[in-house]
This record gives sequence, structure tokens and C-alpha cells, in this order.
Amino acid sequence: MAIEYLGLSEINGPMIVVEGVEGAFYDEIVEFSVGKQAAPGTPDAGSCAGAEQKKLGRIVEISGDKAVIQVFESTAEMSLLNTRTRLTGHPMEIGLSEDILGRTLSGLGRPIDGLGPVRAEVYRDVNGQPMNPCTREYPRNYIRTGISAIDGLTTLIRGQKLPIFSGNGLPHDELAAQIVEQASLGEDSADGGAGEFAIVFAAMGVKYDVAEYFRRTFEECGASSHVAMFLNLSNDPVVERLITPKVALTAAEYLAFEKNMHILVILTDMTSFAEAMREVSSLKGEIPSRKGYPGYLYSELAALYERAGIVKGAEGSVTQIPILTMPNDDITHPIPDLTGYITEGQIVLERSLHQKTVYPPINVLPSLSRLMKDGIGAQYTREDHQDVANQLFSSYARVGEARDLASVIGEDELSPIDKKYLEFGLAFEQQFVGQGRNENRSIEETLKTGWKLLRILPKEELDRIDTKILEKYWERG
Amino acid sequence: MGIKGKIYGINGPVVTIKGNPGYKMNEMVYVGERRLVGEVIGLAREETTIQVYEETSGLRPGEPVEGVGSAISVTLAPGILSNIFDGIERPLEVIARQSGVFIPTGAQADALDRERLWETHITVQPGDQVAAGSVIAQVPETKSITHRVMLPLGVSGEVIRVQPDGEYTIEQELVAVRTGDGREISLSMTQKWPIRIPRPVMKRFPADRPLITGQRILDTLFPIAKGGTAALPGGFGTGKTMTQHQLAKWCDADIIIYIGCGERGNEMTNVLEEFGELKDPKSGNLLMDRTTLIANTSNMPVAAREASIYTGITLAEYYRDMGYHVAIMADSTSRWAEALRELSGRLEEMPAEEGFPAYLASRLSAFYERAGYVQNLNGSEGSVTIIGAVSPQGGDFSEPVTQNTKRFARCFLALDKSLAYARHYPAINWLTSYSEYMGDLAAWYGENVGSDFVPCRNRILNILTTENRLNEIVKLIGSDVLPDDQKLVLETARVIRLGFLQQNAFHAEDTYVPMEKQLKMMQVILHLYDRCRALVDMSLPMALLRENDIFEKIIAIKYDVANQELQRFDEYNGMIEEFYQHLIATEA
Repeated sequence: MAIEYLGLSEINGPMIVVEGVEGAFYDEIVEFSVGKQAAPGTPDAGSCAGAEQKKLGRIVEISGDKAVIQVFESTAEMSLLNTRTRLTGHPMEIGLSEDILGRTLSGLGRPIDGLGPVRAEVYRDVNGQPMNPCTREYPRNYIRTGISAIDGLTTLIRGQKLPIFSGNGLPHDELAAQIVEQASLGEDSADGGAGEFAIVFAAMGVKYDVAEYFRRTFEECGASSHVAMFLNLSNDPVVERLITPKVALTAAEYLAFEKNMHILVILTDMTSFAEAMREVSSLKGEIPSRKGYPGYLYSELAALYERAGIVKGAEGSVTQIPILTMPNDDITHPIPDLTGYITEGQIVLERSLHQKTVYPPINVLPSLSRLMKDGIGAQYTREDHQDVANQLFSSYARVGEARDLASVIGEDELSPIDKKYLEFGLAFEQQFVGQGRNENRSIEETLKTGWKLLRILPKEELDRIDTKILEKYWERG
Repeated sequence: MGIKGKIYGINGPVVTIKGNPGYKMNEMVYVGERRLVGEVIGLAREETTIQVYEETSGLRPGEPVEGVGSAISVTLAPGILSNIFDGIERPLEVIARQSGVFIPTGAQADALDRERLWETHITVQPGDQVAAGSVIAQVPETKSITHRVMLPLGVSGEVIRVQPDGEYTIEQELVAVRTGDGREISLSMTQKWPIRIPRPVMKRFPADRPLITGQRILDTLFPIAKGGTAALPGGFGTGKTMTQHQLAKWCDADIIIYIGCGERGNEMTNVLEEFGELKDPKSGNLLMDRTTLIANTSNMPVAAREASIYTGITLAEYYRDMGYHVAIMADSTSRWAEALRELSGRLEEMPAEEGFPAYLASRLSAFYERAGYVQNLNGSEGSVTIIGAVSPQGGDFSEPVTQNTKRFARCFLALDKSLAYARHYPAINWLTSYSEYMGDLAAWYGENVGSDFVPCRNRILNILTTENRLNEIVKLIGSDVLPDDQKLVLETARVIRLGFLQQNAFHAEDTYVPMEKQLKMMQVILHLYDRCRALVDMSLPMALLRENDIFEKIIAIKYDVANQELQRFDEYNGMIEEFYQHLIATEA
């Protein structure tokens, strides 16, 4: 029984008010049929003429028979008279099957690669449901990315959510692409590194070039058939941007927990997502909290990030690498700040390292992987991994102090030990953090480099390494 | 049957009803066909406002709302311990068995198992006079904890009927009581209590006993009292959760209520797994035997996040009433404050600072005031200690939640980003943290640990403060030009930082350190300082002193001397003497 309501009461940007609606439920998807409007001179005038336009929207507020609807697409062409509204009777859903891999879809999950519709085995509500903490499996197996700064110091674990905090103009896209190309399940991990990665890529408000860069990279490394791309580009409607990551994560959950695949999800750029939320919230006339963002920014971000994980009884996993550009490189801005409180660590890119042409410009000090401690060590990587990492962190923190001092009293006046630290700092940035765009290092190589650098310092300065491990590895690394 | 109404408007977790069907404020209601749990939070002649504890997606105007006639409450009976609940006391394990990996909306489950039989020992006899709080039965709830079934509030009189000892469910009658006005009341193990109302006590005691945590920087420098309140603020990655886990594992409370309020799902899973394997050092039983988890992760509905803090503290008060010492880990109170803000925004209330509602401060104080060391109605003594993590926005302690918490919590443990970056854990900054309890607890430390404990502690803190002052100079001119006595202060402070303040949670010996060892460590460090000071006063240069590896040896004590072999400290004192005599003989 498809009742259609003719006419609208109000249009305000992407928000529409319809009155006299009966039986609508909160969060229901509605379909609009927009009648042909004579619009001579517009580029679409020729092709669209005569056809009715279909648009989708979601009910975001109901009071009595009045429904406030958020339209996913542009509201251009809509008028208060020419639009018919139909309730679909279900929340936002996406049809899924394994065929989704290898496809390119819009931010709403509609194919835009011209290969026809995706066969749907099941339909899933894109909002998802919270995972029960009792049924989660605590993530322990590491993912080898071949990048020393990540593998060695902020190890990525299967089922983790580890964002890249970046700034405009920094090579976060290259880094994410390199991770995707090189990511392999550690061969020595508990299940012998069985299984392969499939990739779900969600672009929210990114530039065409960026999306294209990723598409080309996937193609070049032969992964295209394992990638599902959801694209909402920067000129696509903002309301669609709010749903894009949910659609992508619903696909990821389906592939991981029902099809037992290991899924790496790249979400870029979370800043655009949050900006879109602010835009829509202010249109709705909501009370802003920090910097104009709505009070529920934390809950919304959490609803996305928490969809990473491993569950009992399924072989697959969802690992998230969200990318966000920190406005003005400010890590205390609400978006990186709230993200850091939800995700299990962060990889922070640093402009000054980029200027020194260090690639990847990862500042290891504020970077962190919370799950690392349980996924490394004798069982997984090597027994000295944690100690080496701690020592590198602690020594590199000391480098900062020595540099501060040098900038005041001059390098020549430094004590011999502080000079050693300066030498160590430089070598650490060049040789450990810095590596080639296509260089794929093994864990052994990473740890060996770590030991080599630590040998620059006097042995008694290494206070974070267990005496036995120090004796065993000091000479040979 | 409760009062019925009809949904009119829906906006996120806030549902409104046209008119006033006659609900009470804070009454629990079932919303919609799926019977989602909600609470009445606003009454007006034209409109009733309800906050719903579950995802409201799918609700329609016109669906029924049904009141239950009482405020939102928790069920109190055996079965709470070693369990995991969501923010409104729904058992997550049962829900997982019912519906699998994800939590569906409208999941219905009894808070506690109604079928399970508990071995019960009745402790009253017919003819006994009993009053609210009197213990009527004992049930071994877990290996560690005996559950004392108490008379609910408002019931008193004479016991007229008693069941024999045996196995009972939580709903079967154990005892019947005739009240003063002649009514007969049948009592089972179960009682209910509204979460927003503190359970009454006879009187409060001053907080003069410490909560021993085995964490050196806490026990020694910034102690928490039993029945006290502590705030643990820190930006992300500074180790709030890690510190909370350490406290939950090792502190000497009888019972731990761990509230994961708006935090990560994987962390709760970690606690579940780890506490199910680790042993309590005192009793030798599993840690989970004395722990209850309340998990309202960040993606679970926001209104239940707001309630989870109250659910947790009500459970804590219930066990306190039995005469136990309970510690609550609330991780994190900022998420709770943000839930308040989010709901306040939906209600279109006038925002105060940073968008938080103006009642933030009064809600926070009401929460922290539920802590205390008390005499219960039944005469027993118990305590509730609150340790609340705060996640300040941008790591900036001047934001409203941190500032308001600081007003109500008496112990402030500031986690520091730069310490965390250098992987100095626990990253508690010794210059900005404080504990108002030190004065109250000094007498206890003097009697139970050693008369020189407090003086030692003050000297240690003094050296650290001096180091900070000297570092200002070092930053400008380098450390080489300092006089030797100041270099000695810097060296000793280094020993204190590395050997005493830093504590390795993953090291078998270092993760928990008894008070005696903490004292001995301080003594040995200060002994070294005094001896070196004497040498420096004899004009021996620091460079010479530093050639000896005695400083490194003292730093390594935390790993090298096991917690049981405290007699080995004599060796170290001997080493220091030897070092001293040797230098005097060769150099002076």
C-alpha cells in the first residue's frame, strides 16, 4: 500500500517538511518523485525532459503528522507543489552479495561504474547494531604493513581501528595506499596468516583526484577485484556523505562476519564527514556544542569506529584505517580529539618531518597503537619487540629535549651524551621512520634497524630494555 | 497495568507524548510495540518528555507508551557479581545467547537469572525482631564473596516464618515478617532500588584508611582513601584505562564495579577475558569473582550511557550495605557528561559553558557525594570509593568537566601527555597531581607501615619539586654548569623517576608492590642520596660518583628484588656503604 503524499510544506537546503503523514516511523526512508520542471537552458534539460526524478530521503524527526526529512540528494528542482512523497516502509538498506567486490558505487551504494546493478543476496540496515562486548574476540594478530614506523612502534592489529591523523598537503593518501598494497597477515601469527584481505574503500567528500589515485593504485597492485569503492566526492550532496561510511561499513561487516573475509576499511576523509554533520545540524536548528559541531558528534563517530572488530564464531575481521585531516594541523580540534578517544590509537603525520623529506612523515611520539601490547612479542613477532619499541620511544623523546637545549645554547655547547642523542635522532628519522614508497620491510629488518640505531647510544642509556634481552641482542641486533 | 499514552513526536532518543497521561517524574516506561525502556524526564500540561534507552529507529507516532508506576530501578539479588550488564542492568551474556553478535533493539532479558538455585543459609529465627538492612540470609555468591540478603528499606517487624537452609531461587520466599501494623510480608532474596536515589546509611565516618593499590605513585605520593573520591584526567593515549585496569586488579577493595561508560568495546572484552583468568592476590580466586562490569560502549544508545553511572553506583551501595569495601571505576565520566549534553541539546535546553547544561556541576557533585566510608543501617561498616576517569577535550584541563570534577573529587591524578610520549607509565604528573587525603591518612601510615613513611614521602616529593626548579635553569644553560650538590639532586630525581615512579604493569613483580617494599625502596633511595650528599660536601665531584653503577642498581631494584625477598634490601644498603667507604678511602 504505497500512499503518496502530494506537495511539501517547507524546503530548507536538504531538509524537507511534509505534513499530514500517517504511519511513518522514525528513521524511515522515503522516496520523492519530482515532476518535470521546465528548465530550459540547463545542461540536463535535454536528457531529463519528460522523466520524473527520483530522490531518497530519511525521516529525522516526527511530531504528530509532521515529518522532517533529510534528502540525500540535491533539492534543486523540487518545489512545494511538484513533489510526491512515498514511504518505503523500511530504514536505509543496502543489497549485498560477494559480487560487490570489484565494483564502484555511489555514496548511497548504487552502482556508478556502468556495470549494472549488484546482485543482492541479503538486504541490511545500514545503521547496524552495536556489537555485544561479550561476543567480541579481543584482537591479537598483527598485520604486517612493511612500514617500520608502524610495524615497529604502532603495530596494526587485525580488528583494530587505527586512524591516520594528517594535515592538508601531507602524504596520507600515499601512506594509506602503501598500507593497502603491502598489508599481509603476519605469516607467523596464530593461524599461520591464512586468508587474504579484501578492501572496502569509502570516500567522503574527497577530491576527484584522490579517489582516482586510490582507484589507480588498487588497479596497479592487482587488487581491484578485491575492492568495493563507495564514492561521495566533494561536489556530491552533503547529506549523502553522512550515510556513505555507514553503507561501506555495512558491506564490510557482511563480508567479514558472513563471508569470513578479512576486510581492511579505508575511510577518507573523516573531517569532511564531520563538517557535513555540522552543516546539516545547523540547518536543523540544533543547539551547537564545540566549535559549532552538534552534541552527538562523539556518538556518531563512535557508531562508525566501533564497527571494527572480530566476533566469536566468524573467521573474518573488520580493520579500519580512517584518515582525517586535522584543521590547521591542530590535534586538539574536536574531530581528531574525539576520534582519538574512540579509536585504538592513532598514527600522526608531522609537517616538519615532511619538510625534511622524510617519508612517511610519521611523528612516532604522539602515535600509538593500543592493541599493540597484546599482538607482539615472542608468540607473534619477536621477544624483544616491546622493549625495543619502548626504548626507541623513550630515547627519541629525549632527542626532543636535546634539540630544545641545542637551540638555546648551541650544538657545540651540548654535553657529549646530548650530542649522541642528536646523532641518534637524525639517524632514527632518516633510517627507521624514513623509507621508500615501495619499500616493504620485514619485521626482522625493522627490529634490526632499531637495534642498529640504539647502538649509537651508550649501552647504559638503554634503561627500558630488560637486562637479558639487552645481552642477547645488543651485539647482533 | 500502568498508565498508557501514545507517542506523538520522536527526535533521536527523545520521545514526546501529547498531553499528560499522569506519569510521575523519572517513572520508567515501555515505549512502542517493541517495548523499549525509557524514563519520563519532563512533564508539562501539554507535553510529556521521555528519554529512551535504546535506538528509536522504527518508532511511529501513535504507538503505545506504558508506565510501570515506579522509577527506573535495578534488581538487587545474588548473581550480580562476575556478570556483565549494559547501562540499565540487562545481562549482556544472556542477550548474546538470545540474539547473537549484535544487540538488537528492544532486547528483553531479566537482569538476574531467576531459575538458578543458590545455596542459602538463613540467619534469623522466628520471633527475631528485624529492621531495614538486617541480614536475614547468607548466600555464597562467588568463591570470594558471601552475599548477605538484607531486609529492604521500609520493612521492619517480627520474623514469623523461616524456610530451612537449602537451595532457593532469587524469587522464592525465605522469610516472612509481620510488621508493626500487622501486615505479613513475604521476603525473597530480590529487592529493587531506584538508581537515582542514594541508599540510606546510618552515619558517615571520616576517610582515614587508605585504599592500597600497590601502585607506588598512588600509595606513596597521592593516596586515595577508602570511601574517597579520585579523578583521573588525561588526554587520549595517556593511560587512563590502563591505570583503571591496574586499580581494578590490585586495589584492596572487596568488590570492584567497573563501568565502561561510552568507551571502546574491545577494552571491555579485554577486561572480561583478563579478569576471567587473573587471580586476586589476596584470596587466590579469580578477579572476576569480585567484579561486576557495566558496559555501555560508545556505540550503544546514549541515554543508557547516562544511566550506566547510576546503575553502577547503586550496585556498589548495595554491596556496601552488606559491609563490603567497594571501589567503582568509572571510565569515563566525560562520556557521561557528554551524554547529558547530547540529551540536553535534544531537549533544547539553554546551554551553559561549552554547550554543557548548567546542571552539570550539580549532577557531578551528586554522583561523587555517593562515595563514603559509612556505618550501614545494620551496623556494619562499608565504603564506596569512586575513581572517575575524565577525558578532557583536547587534553585541556580547563574544560568544564575536569574543572567541576576537581571541585568534588579530593584526589586529582593528572595524566600527562609528555610523560606518556616518553612511555613513562603510569604517566601521572607528580607536580600537578594532589591528594587531600594525605593529612587524614598520615596517622594510619605511621601506625601500619612505618613511622618514617610520611617523612620519607615528603622528602621524595621535595627532591622532585627541586628537580623541576633546577630543570628550568638547565633548559637555559645546560646541566654541566650546575654545582655538584644540584647535580646530585638531578641524579637522585632521575633514580626516583625511573626506579620508583615508573612502574611496569606487564612485569610480574612490578605490577603490584606491597607497602613495605615501597617504604624500603624510598629508604634506600634516600640513603643513597644522603651518602652522596656527604661525599659531595667533601668536595668529591659528581662525575666521579656517577662512574659507579650504584645508581643503576638502585633503579633496577623494582625488577631485581622480588616482593617476598625484602631482606635483600640490606644488601643494597651494604652496597651503598661500601661505595661510600671506598670513595672516602681512595679519594678523600
